[in-house]
Amino acid sequence: MSSTGNFRGYVAVIGLEIHAQLKTASKMFCRDSTEFEAGDNENTSPVSVGMPGTLPVVNAKAIEYSVKAGLALGCEIRKKSVFSRKNYFYPDLPKGYQISQYDEPLCEHGKVTFHLDGQNHSISITRAHMEEDAGKSIHHGEYTLINYNRSGMPLLEIVSGPDMRTPAEAAEYARTVRKILRYLDVCDGNLEEGSLRCDCNVSVRKSEQDEFGTKVEIKNVNSFRFVEKAIEFEIDRQIDAIERGEKILQETRLWDPDKNRTFAMRTKENAQDYRYFPEPDLLPVIITPEMIEKFRKDLPELPLDRAQRFMAENGLPEYDALVLTAEKEVADYFEATAKVAGNAKAASNWIMTELLRELNQAEKSIAQSPIKPQQLGQMVALIEKGTISGKIGKQVFQEMWQSGKNPEDIIKEKNLVQISDSSAIEKMIDEVLAANTQQVADYRGGRTKLFGFFVGAVMKASKGQANPDMVNKVLLEKLKG
Amino acid sequence: MDLNTATFKDISSAVKTKKISSLEVSQFFLKKIKGHDSKLNSYITINDKVEDEAREIDTRLSRGEDVGPLAGVPFGIKDMFCTKGLKTTAASRILENFIPPYDATVVARLKSAGITVLGKLNLDEFAMGSSNETSYFGPTKNPWNLECVPGGSSGGSAAAQAARLSAGTLGTDTGGSIRQPASFCGVVGVKPTYGRVSRYGIVSYASSLDQAGPMVSCVEDAALTLEVISGRDERDATTSNHNVPAFSANLKEDLRGVKIGLMKEYMTDGLDADVQKTLDLAIEAAKKQGAEIVEVSVPLTAQAVPMYYLIASSEASSNLARYDGIKYGYRTPSSSLAAMDLDQFYQKTRGEGFGKEVQRRIIIGTYCLSSGYYDAYYAKACQVRRLLSEQYTQAFKQCDVILSPVTTSPAFKIGGRISDPLAMYLNDIFTVATNLAGLPGMSVPYGRSSGGLPIGIQLTAAHFDEQKMLNVGYSLQQTSPEKWKVANV
Repeated sequence: MSSTGNFRGYVAVIGLEIHAQLKTASKMFCRDSTEFEAGDNENTSPVSVGMPGTLPVVNAKAIEYSVKAGLALGCEIRKKSVFSRKNYFYPDLPKGYQISQYDEPLCEHGKVTFHLDGQNHSISITRAHMEEDAGKSIHHGEYTLINYNRSGMPLLEIVSGPDMRTPAEAAEYARTVRKILRYLDVCDGNLEEGSLRCDCNVSVRKSEQDEFGTKVEIKNVNSFRFVEKAIEFEIDRQIDAIERGEKILQETRLWDPDKNRTFAMRTKENAQDYRYFPEPDLLPVIITPEMIEKFRKDLPELPLDRAQRFMAENGLPEYDALVLTAEKEVADYFEATAKVAGNAKAASNWIMTELLRELNQAEKSIAQSPIKPQQLGQMVALIEKGTISGKIGKQVFQEMWQSGKNPEDIIKEKNLVQISDSSAIEKMIDEVLAANTQQVADYRGGRTKLFGFFVGAVMKASKGQANPDMVNKVLLEKLKG
Repeated sequence: MDLNTATFKDISSAVKTKKISSLEVSQFFLKKIKGHDSKLNSYITINDKVEDEAREIDTRLSRGEDVGPLAGVPFGIKDMFCTKGLKTTAASRILENFIPPYDATVVARLKSAGITVLGKLNLDEFAMGSSNETSYFGPTKNPWNLECVPGGSSGGSAAAQAARLSAGTLGTDTGGSIRQPASFCGVVGVKPTYGRVSRYGIVSYASSLDQAGPMVSCVEDAALTLEVISGRDERDATTSNHNVPAFSANLKEDLRGVKIGLMKEYMTDGLDADVQKTLDLAIEAAKKQGAEIVEVSVPLTAQAVPMYYLIASSEASSNLARYDGIKYGYRTPSSSLAAMDLDQFYQKTRGEGFGKEVQRRIIIGTYCLSSGYYDAYYAKACQVRRLLSEQYTQAFKQCDVILSPVTTSPAFKIGGRISDPLAMYLNDIFTVATNLAGLPGMSVPYGRSSGGLPIGIQLTAAHFDEQKMLNVGYSLQQTSPEKWKVANV
């Protein structure tokens, strides 16, 4: 598979439609709860099941979240945007139409930037518009059950330009959008629960040809890894078909994660006419410059800005900065740790090597970490001060992970304080040298490699608590004889 | 007290002072319905709990509670309004057995003002019609002549009220559905400014045109009802924050300083002679009350009927999509379900559940919204609609209220126009422009045809200027030869 965008002499053209479920407490147009765990059809009301005469009322929080997302995605926010009805019949669409935005969406002309393979990538956002979700059909062969809990859930549909050329680029774009939405705390970005859904539009064309090939839409892609795999599969499938002389059908295909392939769901040959028209039950959404300013002020620092700040202010290498800012919670953890630790790079190392590994193994999120940033920061500070050695640090870290205790308490309890008292160290060294006269003679006879042996013996005698720098220094002096 | 001629104020103060119980009042009307409605077919459903509701009001009064300005006034409700626990059909087979778990906001407001609900009134199916002949439950008859239509779509409300089978009724008006039947049956009907009254819980026909309003025996009752039902509703985003005046207390018959506009386009030669005579009488009466008469012009009213049918049908085609046999309402018999695909299921359910007129408008609307036709039909109609509204705004700079006929002729015979949809649609020629421009309008009984059928006068005012309109109506009522006539059936 190509990482440069050349696939057997073809170029792939990829665009993504990301449906982000907004983290509001109630639905887009009524007061039903949005709680995920609710029992079947519990989060419903006359409005969300489309009973006669019921009317939608816009959730102001959903608009706020959408504007914030639009701003963070570099979009222009329309002063006046309009809800429209998208008309089609399906059992899980209770009103026979979906309230969405059509020709006057809330957000337009944005841009998302990220690093991949050492390069900056910039993907355009065509539009981001608000809409309500449909219910869920559960097919049982003979019959179908419908759960309307999802009916009316607030969604922001983020439509990229056809700017991506490789599966990896598409997946990284999707990750970046998710990261931004999570930073804003407007979407929890959970792909398994469907709170973030990703439809991939893929076409291929001969490298020398200018116009785009026929576009195929892939749905049911519920992880970023599958975004990459589904697009990879689709590029190959389309090139194979063209090479065989076949025509690509404009169709919707579903990704089958078990078989690692896409399969046709429906062709768009006789494309549905959705008969969009402005929703007469709702007034246009008016966003004033004052509102935009207020929302802009509320925006948190975005991931890429934060990574750059970590590099500039804390002197972190780019790699550290990107890893630490991948999740807002990790970045917050790092900042809190670094503040107490006094050495940002050391704090970064402890988080990236020890903490993230432990969390990963325990399948815990950083919010669930038994070690709080304050505690980890104190531990790093104690190493910096020389109270404990780095090696003892690892032991303290393990203790903290197990018990959640403060590092000072552990050091006291286990008597792990580093010995920096020169007379105590001299005494230990004298005892080690006295017990190893033969090795001392050999060393002085030129076998200087034995130095390590003496250091190890002294450290062992001190139960690892002797200050290694001092041990080195005193030992050198003494061995000179 | 004669309940046939008692105003809401009369009834509620008698009930509050215990001169008569709420139960007795409701029973009076209930008895009339049971005695006479078989001839009119104005009620689809009688509320079998109405006596309980009346007793509840009596109990609350005996505890000294303030029951509200409409204490004990029995209402008939057009069957477009959802009523909690009481069947709401929209006169359609597709909702034949639908019992809503909620009240329309308007109904809830009337209930908290003290009304009892006698039952649900007949109408054209989904309010689509001008004669009440498209009802799945059979046509309603005009109480002044049982061979004639009561008008529509709120024909059940108008007929019941004219025969005093209710103290008051509610109607809805999308293109004249309150004013035209009010004129045909000789009652007072008010269609408020769009956004004045909540649409929540009213079965939607055309969302941008629908408004609810009272159909009652006198202007005072209309004003009081309007006071109760008006005002912002958090459940309807299109309701306005406009202040709701004390319409009933503010009524005055003196028209000095009031400019009444006669609209050039509606002063046509084609009027029925009795309608023309009624109009002339009303103009004279207004002059005598001190009004100044001016001529105004709203040229685009000439295009109002096609505009109306394009917009109303387009919105209806979408609004009625929810009646699909999936969640509630009529579903094609299940014996054949296994052999059907989803499209066939929808076709059969909707084909069997909706009547012909409703199907016709859904098809027109679907066509108007289709890609390739949208710009020429729906979008164009919306553009012209905005221009029409601007022309009205100009006209209301020259006058306070526009006076006009409601229809070209009095009520027609049942079966007379039903086979000619175009003739039926043209019946709305004087009423639809008001809805397109979102203006308030009303019909006041003012004359009678040589055949003995009532004839109303239409008043139209600027947005949220209901008070001026009601005042002119109140003033005309004083001189009306048709003031408070009850039909004996």
